[in-house]
Amino acid sequence: MDITKAVTATEERVPRRRGRRRGGKWYLHVALSLICAVSCAPVVYAILVATQNNAQMINFDLTFGDSFLANLDTVWNDRDLGGFMVNSAIMAIIISVGKAATGLLAGLAFVYFRFPGRWIVFFFVLITLMMPTEISILALFEVTHDFGISGTMAGLTIPFLASATAAFLFRQHFANLPANLSEAAQLDGANPIQFLTRVLIPLSWNVLGALLVIEFLYGWNMYLWPLLTVNDRSDQVVQVGLASLQQSGQGQLYGPLMLGALIASIPPILVFLALQRPFMKGFAMARDK
Amino acid sequence: MLPLFAMTAVAGALVGRAVWRSAGLSGRAGALIVAPAGLLGPLITMVPLESCTFEPERGLMDNAVGTVAFAGGAAVAIAAVAWIGRALSSPGGLGNLDSGGDSGTYRHRPLMPWLLLVPTLTILAVFLYWPLVETFRLSTHLVRRGAPREPFVCVDNYTALLGPSLEWWFVVPAAALLVAAVAAHVARRHARPGLDDTANRLARLRGALVVLTVVAATASVFGPGYRPVFVTTLILTSGTVLIGLAVGLGIALLVSQPIRGRSIYRTLLVWPYAISPPIAGILFFVIFDPLTGIAGHIWETLTPWEMPNYRTDATLARVVVIVASIWKTLGFTILFYIAGLQNVSTQMLEAAQMDGANAWQRFRHFILPSLTPITFFLIVTNVTYAFFQVFGTIAYLTGGGPSGATTDAMTSIIEVSTGNIGDGAAGSLVLFAMVLAVTAWQFRATGRRVHYGA
Repeated sequence: MDITKAVTATEERVPRRRGRRRGGKWYLHVALSLICAVSCAPVVYAILVATQNNAQMINFDLTFGDSFLANLDTVWNDRDLGGFMVNSAIMAIIISVGKAATGLLAGLAFVYFRFPGRWIVFFFVLITLMMPTEISILALFEVTHDFGISGTMAGLTIPFLASATAAFLFRQHFANLPANLSEAAQLDGANPIQFLTRVLIPLSWNVLGALLVIEFLYGWNMYLWPLLTVNDRSDQVVQVGLASLQQSGQGQLYGPLMLGALIASIPPILVFLALQRPFMKGFAMARDK
Repeated sequence: MLPLFAMTAVAGALVGRAVWRSAGLSGRAGALIVAPAGLLGPLITMVPLESCTFEPERGLMDNAVGTVAFAGGAAVAIAAVAWIGRALSSPGGLGNLDSGGDSGTYRHRPLMPWLLLVPTLTILAVFLYWPLVETFRLSTHLVRRGAPREPFVCVDNYTALLGPSLEWWFVVPAAALLVAAVAAHVARRHARPGLDDTANRLARLRGALVVLTVVAATASVFGPGYRPVFVTTLILTSGTVLIGLAVGLGIALLVSQPIRGRSIYRTLLVWPYAISPPIAGILFFVIFDPLTGIAGHIWETLTPWEMPNYRTDATLARVVVIVASIWKTLGFTILFYIAGLQNVSTQMLEAAQMDGANAWQRFRHFILPSLTPITFFLIVTNVTYAFFQVFGTIAYLTGGGPSGATTDAMTSIIEVSTGNIGDGAAGSLVLFAMVLAVTAWQFRATGRRVHYGA
């Protein structure tokens, strides 16, 4: 089904509907406000706890406490969350940009070239959709170890620089573009790379945005692989590094733990909110078949 | 072993005949093309295993695992050859690979496409295909970190997971399935067209019972060591996926109503998608803390009962993991259901309303069916999430406890690998089989539709 057409159709319909039914939907607003309150509650509570010390927290004070700066000192200076976050940021950016780049090149090859064995290559890539990395993560550790990159930034990122998702997202998008684009480009004497950078990429911002959001979140939120491979504390990423704020049993400081969790969530939430629109549009287009 | 080879070759021929015929092609050609795959496919597993499972000194369990491996190799080869072969021999069967013909392609650059594909192909081959092959090898060896030798142990790492026993929860659904199958058969015989849909209802019941029986049969094959892990994985996955989809659809229906400020509601509902599974674990670790958690405080204010400690209570521990996972995945589900609901034809709904269909009937017969593709996509992505990503939530929230109540397949793989990496590799391949089963079910249910999802 054609989701993009449906989306534009809905957008055209909305003003008429609004005019007809404005107001009188108070129960919907009540229900939705309640649902939003429940869904935001864990993070709102985390924000409150992040400013409190243990005594205030155990009293179940639902107000801002006065220990925010002390908690920040523990998180930022004591446990060096900033260092973990820098590693996470580098890893997430390399992975998302790398995947977009390899995906663009693969999409270009699949759509604008006819070469022998093309369908074998196509299946070779397609089948990896059924092969989650986590299945062979123990062996992947051995492989990166043999290459001597285990635990380094190269070891954290290189295995994830290409994916079937990226290749097919762009293949699908390019295949839906009019064929005369590349004919015109060829008449103008543009080589494939010029065609990609000057014609295709400007036409792909939504898909590119969607992929960058997904892969940035994927990279930033990656947990198991750094947990298994990174030995050096200074090379660790924030998702694993947060464990240094958690204690089992007595002596848990809740304020710093919540503050750390919140700070570590700021970059992915900002990226998601900033690119929410292209994310939705890009996904609607990718699924448009 | 020779009779086994003959059987898989015949199976290949039969599958080939059926597949080619269903595509409107010659059944004999299909049989001739696919039979060799059935004959040679078992070598995929038997050569690396050196046929050790069929040596005379091996026990019954080894023989059984060997037979499964034998059949597995044959099945993979038959499926691959049947799928690719039919796609090649039927006109226009290769999907829309060549849609638009050759117009607009670059013709005189034979090397260029390979250069463009080298990065993708190298990384997939070296960091995805090779580790998968390596996982097979590890699963037949005793591998201790730092040990100089990695002795070959045949299928011992697999048989360690097994210990079949006949349990009531397997016998009951199996018996019910048998009754339903017979009843469906009888009902279809006596069905008066257009008068009753008993036959259809029985067929649907039979479908559900098949799933239930297969799951129960799988659980009853595992031994006391792995069965709790399998059951935990099932509980956490089905809880996360089923409740998550139902709640997500409900919220998406509300937020799709034409009301003011719905984009604000949507943003408020969707953003937890950006939060990582480990951080979801941390948030609920503090919220449900047995001494200082706000959840217990609210619970004890609102109800006369005391809330159990989730770090010692197995049921509550699983509930908390499921709640945390649903909270984290809900945004994604809502996002896609909103997109799907924009796709539902309003003309059709208005027509149904004029014909007197009430809200529930409109939902059941118009909205729900048109959301089926998105529902399947969401089931597969959320199952994948539950299999692989909930690991991070569990690590911070419960650490797999209390006494293994939240140790799911992935957690157990990492846990046993500290002893013998081969055990972890065997567990990984069991999980891989589960992923393939879900994928196969999705393929069967949706035709040949592939979702290039996240």
